[in-house]
Amino acid sequence: MTPTLQLFLIISTALFSIGLLAALSRRHAIFILIGIELMLTAANLNFIAFWRFSAQPQQPTGVMVALFSIAIAAAEAGVGLALVIAIYRHYRTTDVDQFDQLKG
Amino acid sequence: MNSAAFFIIGIITLSGAFAAATLPKLIHAALSLVVAFVGMAAYFFLLGAEFVGLVQIFIYIGAVAVLIVFTILLTRREPDRDRGRNWGGAVVALAVFAGLLWTILKAKAFDVSAPSIQPLTVKQIGEHLMTNYVWPLQCVGLVLTAALIGALILVMEEKR
Repeated sequence: MTPTLQLFLIISTALFSIGLLAALSRRHAIFILIGIELMLTAANLNFIAFWRFSAQPQQPTGVMVALFSIAIAAAEAGVGLALVIAIYRHYRTTDVDQFDQLKG
Repeated sequence: MNSAAFFIIGIITLSGAFAAATLPKLIHAALSLVVAFVGMAAYFFLLGAEFVGLVQIFIYIGAVAVLIVFTILLTRREPDRDRGRNWGGAVVALAVFAGLLWTILKAKAFDVSAPSIQPLTVKQIGEHLMTNYVWPLQCVGLVLTAALIGALILVMEEKR
């Protein structure tokens, strides 16, 4: 028995939910970024799995989208961590509950 | 595609990701995240996308994980323990997981095995990047440059 597309989708769903759990339930800004990275990799696994199980795997569309998505994720991580450092300089904390200056 | 390899990689990836999401200390979570990324790269190798697996290792483990560790070290003044959790987030995540799982198990179109394919070489990927995907490639270069400049401006010391 070889793994079917279903099993890959279940793994990537589990990873996405774990990332969502990290992004929603933690109060530390870096944990939220870690959760977002996990969700992005889960999406990449979906792209690659759908490419591999598609009818025309000779067209590497899924691979290309996954590559571009990895590049965008790198840009997102760089800007996100720079934001965390800038906010830390201002508030002297990384607890997102205390970033409340824009709160109405 | 090997079934035993699939399940071993799955256990490693999911336990790494779960540890990254739930461990109380940040630096432990960042190192567990590396384990999860290695597992994802192994899945890419298993699926026949070797180049994407290598890119995953280079960028996610070589750059993103190291960047996260550096940020943790730069912002560590107060104790880095989390003060309490937001349990509503856990409920939402569980609900999303249950909904997606139900949909995946219900759809019959996903219950297929992989067709046998010719291996996708790096040369083919390069040719596609330089012909069909040249505009997206340029745009990604622009986005990366803008992100680099933006990150530098964000962390620059403010002039008094």
